[in-house]
Amino acid sequence: MQFGILINEGPYSHQASDSAYLFARTALEKGYKVPRVFFYHDGVYNASRLATPPVDDRNVGARWSKLAADYGVDLVVCVAAAQRRGITDGVLGDNYRISGLGQLVEMGIQYDRLVTFGD
Amino acid sequence: MSEMDDMDDGSGIIKKFMFLNRKAPHGTVYALEGLEVVLITAAFDQDVSMVFTDDGVYQLIKGVDTKGIEVKDFSRTYRALEGYDIEKLYVDQKSMDARGLTEEDLIVDVTVLSVDEMANLMAEQDVVISF
Repeated sequence: MQFGILINEGPYSHQASDSAYLFARTALEKGYKVPRVFFYHDGVYNASRLATPPVDDRNVGARWSKLAADYGVDLVVCVAAAQRRGITDGVLGDNYRISGLGQLVEMGIQYDRLVTFGD
Repeated sequence: MSEMDDMDDGSGIIKKFMFLNRKAPHGTVYALEGLEVVLITAAFDQDVSMVFTDDGVYQLIKGVDTKGIEVKDFSRTYRALEGYDIEKLYVDQKSMDARGLTEEDLIVDVTVLSVDEMANLMAEQDVVISF
């Protein structure tokens, strides 16, 4: 079973990225595949390496980076949404990349399930 | 075939994609950015349906003028959908009734569905993306 994940909200202001992370991590731990996570709308803010949350809290963007490193998850940030919001290659965290909406559509075509997190 | 079938994931698979539009057009960015995904999906030659429900029905109303709120007016894009072979447009009857709207108030031709009909249509889909 391959899951594609779509995240439509920014970190901290909304549970979407947290819920998606817990879903993805659990799926991977149980042996399912999560080949790609796509960040859209304000979800692109998850990818900023400039975020420095208090040390007694989770780092939403960084833990996606680690999950990507541990399991080879492809973290894709929508280029059009990113340009609107000032997210550029220069501010991307580790293992994120910027690409087009075609990467989202491909998840829908190729994977067994596409799961959306957001309002 | 689509007029802009320049995109291909190489699999030849055609799935049923439904885009569920639930929000008013200008208060949040979902409608505008959602449309971009719809167009790209059509460019991949997928079987695209669009549903407008809840405040999403306001995306299709006639007489939109965004000058006063100084945001982009993208309502023309809905009229252009036909050119991308996106012709399956559905609105939810209950959402229309609750807002005092009829098909006459909308800028494009739509099929009005009851809740049961909508549920059946959703059950047929491979991918449902909600904005």
